[in-house]
Amino acid sequence: MFRPEELQAIEKRLRRWEETTLKDSLKRQAESRARFVTTSSAPVDRLYTPVDLRDWDYHAKLGVPGEFPYTRGIHPTMYRGRLWTMRMFAGYGSAEDTNRRFKYLIEHGETGLSVAFDMPTLYGYDTDDAEAKGEFGTCGVAVSSLRDMEVLFDGIDIGTVSTSMTINSPAAVTWGMYLANAEKRGIPWTGLRGTIQNDILKEYQAQKEWIFPPEPSMRLVVDTFEFGTRHVPQWNTISISGYHIREAGATAAQELAFTLANGLEYVRWGLERGLKIDDFAPRLSFFFNSHNDLFEEIAKYRAARRIWAREMRDTFHAGSPRSWLLRFHTQTAGVSLTAQQPEVNIVRTAIQALAAVLGGTQSLHTNSYDEAYQVPNEKAVRIALRTQQILAHESGVANTVDPLGGSYYLESLTDRMEDEAYRYFERIEALGGVIPAIRKGFFQQEIANSAYRYQKEIEDKGRTIVGVNDFVVEEQPHVEPLRVTKEAYERQVKRLQKLRRDRDAKKHAKALDALRKACEGTANTMPHILDAVRARATLGEICGVMREAFGVWEEPLLY
Amino acid sequence: MVKKIRVLMAKPGLDGHDRGVKVVARALRDAGMEVIYTGLRQTPEDIVEAAIQEDVDAIGLSCLSGAHMSLFPEVVKLLKRKKAGDIVVAGGGIIPDEDIPKLKKAGIKAVFGPGTPLTEIVEFFQKAAK
Repeated sequence: MFRPEELQAIEKRLRRWEETTLKDSLKRQAESRARFVTTSSAPVDRLYTPVDLRDWDYHAKLGVPGEFPYTRGIHPTMYRGRLWTMRMFAGYGSAEDTNRRFKYLIEHGETGLSVAFDMPTLYGYDTDDAEAKGEFGTCGVAVSSLRDMEVLFDGIDIGTVSTSMTINSPAAVTWGMYLANAEKRGIPWTGLRGTIQNDILKEYQAQKEWIFPPEPSMRLVVDTFEFGTRHVPQWNTISISGYHIREAGATAAQELAFTLANGLEYVRWGLERGLKIDDFAPRLSFFFNSHNDLFEEIAKYRAARRIWAREMRDTFHAGSPRSWLLRFHTQTAGVSLTAQQPEVNIVRTAIQALAAVLGGTQSLHTNSYDEAYQVPNEKAVRIALRTQQILAHESGVANTVDPLGGSYYLESLTDRMEDEAYRYFERIEALGGVIPAIRKGFFQQEIANSAYRYQKEIEDKGRTIVGVNDFVVEEQPHVEPLRVTKEAYERQVKRLQKLRRDRDAKKHAKALDALRKACEGTANTMPHILDAVRARATLGEICGVMREAFGVWEEPLLY
Repeated sequence: MVKKIRVLMAKPGLDGHDRGVKVVARALRDAGMEVIYTGLRQTPEDIVEAAIQEDVDAIGLSCLSGAHMSLFPEVVKLLKRKKAGDIVVAGGGIIPDEDIPKLKKAGIKAVFGPGTPLTEIVEFFQKAAK
């Protein structure tokens, strides 16, 4: 971008500055630290200039928004055309409790739904299973059957609102319940919009809500790709997620690298099934974390778009530009929230949300300040939603596309992030690919190492966390508690028992039997899952059949 | 030679959040303790059995899913039943303040919430094992 003689002049000027102005300044006042680093412990230089972007080509690196390589954004007008979707992750207690929360959020201006399921549901157990003891509704909503799904979306127009569901191992089953519910309500599948997370690879790496071993799990994922392509064309059948990788302790670069490596692995599996890349690639979506370091996060999103576009176009030869687009949801970093002085979390979340917007996110969840304690109460959620509304309507940051594009610092960071991702791709490939690397515990160990280093930095005061290791006050923080009631549990169990009692036993047994055969063979499981759901088979029963057919995963133990 | 303190770090229930338990396990190891990590999804029975088999001085339980009230006390109860009530049990995770006195009454010797310095946890286990 810069002519050689211009660069030379800048370099000369910098040298002069170092010898004079800077030197004098440092003599008067040394810098406060020997080394400045990002939240991910990556070094940060004192100043960035055109010299840092020496061979930088504007057209190759940035181009224009809405065109390859999409560094500046996937839409030509970005938020001037349409704001990001304000999508608050919500779920607790019974389907009734969460249905009320959804309606509250819609009433206060959220524009998309996002379901958090409880632990038993995430592991494919019914609420009344012995394994589920004590876990009902505590960190999400329990959905054990089609009946629960009906109650969850009662009175909500799922024909117009889009719904994201954070579910992985049993994703095909939960999606089946959503589809069967739409069918019952007479809403055509072709009009349904939403996302199932369905990203099993990062479960083995980070979130750890796995059931089956990798290969049958990947088969289920590809079954949903194939089914979605044919029958639910507007649905994102996967949300390839870095969020949990980051929450588990990864750095920004690791989050980026592992997520994209997983994404490329899904593409390979889809192609292996015989799917055409341009048929399923446009339905792949992504999900990233937004942590404390503003510029590092923005750089991560921009690098992600550039890498994905290049890999899809040049490595996988996707012909349709829609296959090149990396569309993503962002959630602010839960792990950054402090239990100490919890109100201060509102500020952290605002900065993280700002990074997501400056990084060109398509949808956003903002955490509530009380989440170091519990699933958030109503007031806390409303403040979190208002934070997005302030960014959208008051801050002015949505008025222009990629406002930080061209910043010497940001572009340097974006390039560095990209390089680090490719270095990880090489290491993963050297281990035999993503799944062999999971079996060897590679990702798990990398993440654990970063988590430990971060914690040590806090302990050693190399890193300041306001209210935790500095600026501490002695106070007993008060957050309004949100409790799951015993009545909610009883209502849920009663509903489940009634469903089992009232259903057509013959039809139910037949559907589960057909599903078992499909699992043991090679047919797409989705139609059989749907039949089982329609026959009122519960989540636990369906996943039970799959457990028998597929076996269960045992992870390598390390820390 | 001084006998190394032996600690079992365990994840009861279905909760998959293992960042905290792993960081603590490593801090205890770096402080010279012998740490056994059970991995995820352990029932209270699994944990107690492993603790007795490994002859540990203490157990650290981690739960971030909200199921601590039914899982933590169960571990203490089972230890007593197996005549291993001398094994010290501590817990950590996302635990509302109002639950802490109840957990302590149920025999959980210490509860560590988010932001607890590792040094505090290390000291607790060092003292507990004496």
